[in-house]
Amino acid sequence: MDSRSEILKRLRAAAPPPAPLPDPRSETVPYADPLAQLEAALQAVAAVPVRVAGVAALPEAVAAVVAQLGATRIASAVPGAAPGTVRPEELADPHELEGLDLAILPGEFGVAENGAIWVNAAALPHRGVFVVTQHLALVLPAREVVTDMHAAYARIAALPRSYGLFIAGPSKTADIEQALVIGAHGARSCTVFLVG
Amino acid sequence: MIGHAERAARFAADDARAHWHDQALWWVRAKRDKAASAVPDWERLRGLASAIKAHTQSRLADYLEEFERNATAAGARVHWARDAEEHNAIVHRILADRGATRLVKSKSMLTEECHLNPYLEARGIEVVDTDLGERIVQLAHEPPSHIVLPAIHRKKEEIGELFHHKLGTAAGLSDPKVLTEAARGHLRERFMRAQAGLTGVNFAVAETGHVVVCTNEGNADMGTSLPPIHIACMGVEKLVPRLADLAVFLRLLARSATGQPTTTYTTHFLGPLRGGELHIVVVDNGRSRLLADETFRRALHCIRCGACMNTCPVFRRSGGYSYAYTIPGPIGSVLAPSVDPRAHASLPFASSLCGSCDDVCPVRIPLHDQLLARRRDAARAGLLSSGKRLGMRLAGMVLRSGFLYLLASRLGKLLGRALPRRILYGRWNVWGRQRELPPLPRESFRDLYRQHRSERRG
Repeated sequence: MDSRSEILKRLRAAAPPPAPLPDPRSETVPYADPLAQLEAALQAVAAVPVRVAGVAALPEAVAAVVAQLGATRIASAVPGAAPGTVRPEELADPHELEGLDLAILPGEFGVAENGAIWVNAAALPHRGVFVVTQHLALVLPAREVVTDMHAAYARIAALPRSYGLFIAGPSKTADIEQALVIGAHGARSCTVFLVG
Repeated sequence: MIGHAERAARFAADDARAHWHDQALWWVRAKRDKAASAVPDWERLRGLASAIKAHTQSRLADYLEEFERNATAAGARVHWARDAEEHNAIVHRILADRGATRLVKSKSMLTEECHLNPYLEARGIEVVDTDLGERIVQLAHEPPSHIVLPAIHRKKEEIGELFHHKLGTAAGLSDPKVLTEAARGHLRERFMRAQAGLTGVNFAVAETGHVVVCTNEGNADMGTSLPPIHIACMGVEKLVPRLADLAVFLRLLARSATGQPTTTYTTHFLGPLRGGELHIVVVDNGRSRLLADETFRRALHCIRCGACMNTCPVFRRSGGYSYAYTIPGPIGSVLAPSVDPRAHASLPFASSLCGSCDDVCPVRIPLHDQLLARRRDAARAGLLSSGKRLGMRLAGMVLRSGFLYLLASRLGKLLGRALPRRILYGRWNVWGRQRELPPLPRESFRDLYRQHRSERRG
């Protein structure tokens, strides 16, 4: 018998009696001000939230961050956020992303509970741009906030099935004596522009 | 045979280090408490998580088939491995067929369980663990001592020394920030030249075919977005039925593990990189046997958060290596005897049965009950040391007889006062090595009870 059939057969033979599948929906009370809660949660995961009045004000806000970081090699997947100097869609090989100072990517929605922002990475020209870049900026419409992870998955279920991820702040580690260090392998900072 | 107690004694011999280790883990445990208490429906979530696992296990084969269908439709290739040997051979064949000799790995306890690294290295493949803690222990030629904090047993000065020798950093470094920066540079180079990336799997979703990987460092994302081949290795128990179920487990996982509200990167893989390959290796390796065991099947609920070891007073004071098993701590002590009851017979005794592990377990595994059941099994199988066997038999005799119990307590009280310390705390009294007996009270409970009764009657 091949391994697949044998494993499935063993698991069927070992299966415990039927147990119901519970409804995992949330009982969390929505936050009075979800956006304020998202900002607090972002700070808690070491991200930097920046409120931007509207789309028109975005380029200026981005330019301030670019200047502050001294970023010169910039890739932008958000039209109108910044003039990118690197066009990832023209790179044949993701390795050429190495040396990128800043990637500006769109977020779909933010989770007020924990500061995680859903990014549809399947739409990016190179999947790993969010982690290869030295610094990351996410642009999120301020109204796109959900209360908790239950609401988040209701949103994700309504999107086409794809490769995507939650990002909560910059890359970090605490593997050496539990000291929190920002910037392990991936982005050393994560700015979140909340627009509108 | 050397058991947990003997290995723990070696660790505890360095008193300062044992205290330091204890404090480091207690700090993580305190962070976990804070994070858990900030979630108002925490207990409800634990109940849901446990119920979802129980349901999934009752129909695991169906869900695995559904998962395979969906993952395959998205472009992944699903492989099946009965045991560790087959798992290792599958991974090796994928790499060998494509001429890949440089592999970067993110954390996977399953591959540790299967001893994948030495298997691949013996066949000419360079394997680089990319989680910082895992890389530290790999450079030191050690296994991880903890499933979430692999290098928790090492001090920053020792890591500085290790990096000086292995990575050529300056001598005498100990700043975690500087050391992490050095590792970042070293590992970036390895990511850039890797031909394949391997990850574990935190969760797999039947209804969509996603595999979900959680990291704080982003090493799984680096390792799967630069090289064209991604191999994801998962135990059969990692499955959940629906995307919606992930909400429950993700709210519990990072909070239980490190006290964070969520991990930095929670990546939902579906299908390969453009022009690349995604291989998913589904592994049994004893899990179906555990599932068949009514007493211990709930141990398969484990989501590997490490909360039980962080809270365990024995783990904190004896270190991960004293367990001599891939998964240490309370959950490891339940799992290990199902792999080899003889080799791991001492592990269920590495517990005070205080039940703290039960209280923190996000999926409500009844750990202390299972540890007790493992003890019973070890005793029935005749796997206890002769000293322990004799002691248990004596204790059984004394506790069964009212007369013997009374005699023993009187005698104990008398001897406890009369005997010199040299005899009381002699070599034979293992319990006396780290602790003092409490002062014996003048009157026993029995005396007090009698007195109280007669006063009331009078």
